[in-house]
Amino acid sequence: MSSHTGERKGSHYTLEWLYVAAVIALLGWASVDAWIVEKNIDEIPESAITIKVVAQQWFWTFEHPDGKKEVGELHLKVGQAYRFEITSKDVIHSFNVPFYLSLMDAVPGRINKTWFVADAPGEFLIQCREYCGLLHYQMRATLYVEA
Amino acid sequence: MTSMVLEIRRPRQLWQILFSTHHTDVALLYIVTSFVFLFMGGALALLMRTELFTPGPTIIQDPSEFARIFTVHGTTMLFLWAIPFAAGVGNYLVPIMVRYKDMAFPKLNAVAYWMIPPGAALVWLGFADIGWTAYPPYSIISAAGPAADMWIFGLKILGLSSILASINFVVTIIKCKHPDLPLMKIPMFVWSMLIISFMTLAAMPTFAASLIMLYTDRLGLSGFFNPAMGGDPIAYQHLFWFTFHPEVYIFLLPAIGMAYELVPRFSRKPLFSYTSGVIAFTLLMVTSFAAWAHHMYATGLDFATKTVFMIGTFAAVPFSAMHIFNWLATMWGGRIKLATPMKFVVGGIMLFFASGAGGAVNTAMPLDFITHDTYFVVGHFHMMLMGTITLIFFGFAYYLFPLITGRMYHERLASVHFWLTFIGAIIVFGAQHQLGLLGMPRRVFDYTPLPDLIALNQLATIGAFLIGAGMIAFLINMLRSSAKGKPAKMEDPFEIGEQYFDYRRREPHT
Repeated sequence: MSSHTGERKGSHYTLEWLYVAAVIALLGWASVDAWIVEKNIDEIPESAITIKVVAQQWFWTFEHPDGKKEVGELHLKVGQAYRFEITSKDVIHSFNVPFYLSLMDAVPGRINKTWFVADAPGEFLIQCREYCGLLHYQMRATLYVEA
Repeated sequence: MTSMVLEIRRPRQLWQILFSTHHTDVALLYIVTSFVFLFMGGALALLMRTELFTPGPTIIQDPSEFARIFTVHGTTMLFLWAIPFAAGVGNYLVPIMVRYKDMAFPKLNAVAYWMIPPGAALVWLGFADIGWTAYPPYSIISAAGPAADMWIFGLKILGLSSILASINFVVTIIKCKHPDLPLMKIPMFVWSMLIISFMTLAAMPTFAASLIMLYTDRLGLSGFFNPAMGGDPIAYQHLFWFTFHPEVYIFLLPAIGMAYELVPRFSRKPLFSYTSGVIAFTLLMVTSFAAWAHHMYATGLDFATKTVFMIGTFAAVPFSAMHIFNWLATMWGGRIKLATPMKFVVGGIMLFFASGAGGAVNTAMPLDFITHDTYFVVGHFHMMLMGTITLIFFGFAYYLFPLITGRMYHERLASVHFWLTFIGAIIVFGAQHQLGLLGMPRRVFDYTPLPDLIALNQLATIGAFLIGAGMIAFLINMLRSSAKGKPAKMEDPFEIGEQYFDYRRREPHT
C-alpha cells in the first residue's frame, strides 16, 4: 500500500501537458495585454502641463508651472493632460487619485512621474496609499477639475 | 493535565519535554508555540476589525496604536505562526519519513526552537509601528525607539532561527535518509521541507543583512537607506522583497506538501504523478527568485524592469497550477472520505484558486496600479495565508492529532470549525478585495463614511468574527480531546482502509 509514490503512466500525462499549455497560453495572453496597455500609458504626451507634487507628513503641496502653490487642494482644467512630478520631503508616501486610477510613490530623493487627462469635471479624492505614520489615514487632498 | 496530555502515549512532566532535544518533543514545542501565536495574532486581527466596523475611532483611540497592532499582527502571523508550524510538523515527520533516529543535529534543533521565544518577546514587548515591511525612511527617521529597534533584533533572531532549522532539515534529508530510500521515493512532504530549506538558506541572509543596515542607519552611523545621507530607500525594498517574495513560497510549500500527503489517502487512490509534483516544487523554487520587484511597480521602476518582473512572476503560476492539477486528478474518480483533514484541504485548494487569481491581477502591470497598497492586496494575501495555508495546516493538525495524542478529536466540533473558518475567510477576504477596488488604502485607522465602505467593512468584520468563533471551537476541541477524547484506533484512525503512517519503520515515541 505505498499510495503516495504510486505513478500513473500513459495518456494521463498528455492531459497534464494540455492543461499546463492552457495555463501558459492564458498567462501569455494576460502578459501581452498588460504589456500593451502599460506601453500605451507609459509615454507622457508632449502637451501635458507639469504639476510638482510634494508629499510630507501628512499633507500634499502642489506647484503649478506659473509658480502658484496649493496646499491640500489642486485645481485642474477639464480636458487637459497633466504630468505629475512627485517627490517627498520625509518618508515614502504614495500619490493616489482613485477616480483617475492614478498611483505613484513619493520617494524622498527621487522624482517619480505619472500623468492623466482630467477628462471629467468634479471634485475628487487625492489620498496617500503608502503607510507613512500617525496621520496616514487622513493624508488627503481634494482635486477640483473645472471647466 | 500536568503531565502534558498532548503526548499522552508516553506522558511525562512538562520540563522533560521543554529540555528535550528529541525531534518529536521539539516538534511539539514548535506546534504548541505556533498555535499560541496564532491565537494572539488573531486577537489583534479582531481588534482591528472591531475598530473598522464603524468609521471614526471606537475601541482604539490612538492611530499609532492601530499601526502597532497591524505591525505585530503581520509579524506574528508570518514568523510566529506559519514558519514555526511548518517547522514543527517537519520536525515531527521528516526524521520518521526519511527513517532516521532524530534530526541530524538535535542540539542545534533545540537551539533553533529556543530562539523563537526571545525573538517573539522582542516583537511583542516592543510593539513597533513600522508595518511588517519596515520600509525606510519611516523606520529610520520617524519610528520611535526602542520599539523599532526591538523589532529589528526580534526579526534578526527569528531569521537566524529559521536559517539554523533549514540547515538541519537539509542535512537530515540529504545525508541522513535511509540508504535504501532514494531521493525520488521520499514522501512529498519531505520534498516540500527540503525545497523551503534551500530557499530559506538562499533568501534569508539578504534580509538579515538589510536588518543590520537598517539598524546602523537608525543609529546614524550609516546612510544606506536614508536619502538625507545620500542613501536610497528603494534599495531596501529590493533587498527586502528579494527575501520575502521567495519567503511567500516558503510559507506556501509546506501546506502544498501536506496536501500531497492527505489528498491521496483520503481519496483512497495513488497520487496522480509524483514526478510532476517534484518538478513543480523545484521550478517553483527557481522562479520564486525572479519575481520580487512586482511588489515595487509603483516605486517608479522603468518600463523594462516592470516587464521583466511581470514575466518572472507569471512564470511561477504554471507550477502552482500543476500542483492543483495533481490534486484534482488524484481526487478524480477516487472514493473520497470527507473527514475533517480532507475538508480543510479541499477548502484550501478552492481558495488557492481565488488567491492565485488575485495574484495574477496584482502582477499584470496596469492592474497593479489599481490594487497596489489597497485592501485588495490585503484580501489577496490573506486569502493565501489564511484561506489556503492556514486551512491546510489545520487539516494536517487534525490528521496528526491521533499520532501525537493517541486520541481522536471530536468530529462534529471539527466540522463546525471548518465551516466557520471557510465561510468566514470567504466573507472577510472577499469583502476586502472589493474594498480595495473602491480605493480604500491598506493600513488605515479610519475611512471616509461612504455607505459602500461602511457596508463592506462591516461585512468583513462579521466574517472575521466567524473565523474567531471557529478558532474557539478548535481550541475547545484540542484541549478536551487531548485529555478526554476517545482512544484512536491507531492502525487506521480515519477509517480510510490504509495503515496510518505506513512509511513508519519505527515508533516515533521511543
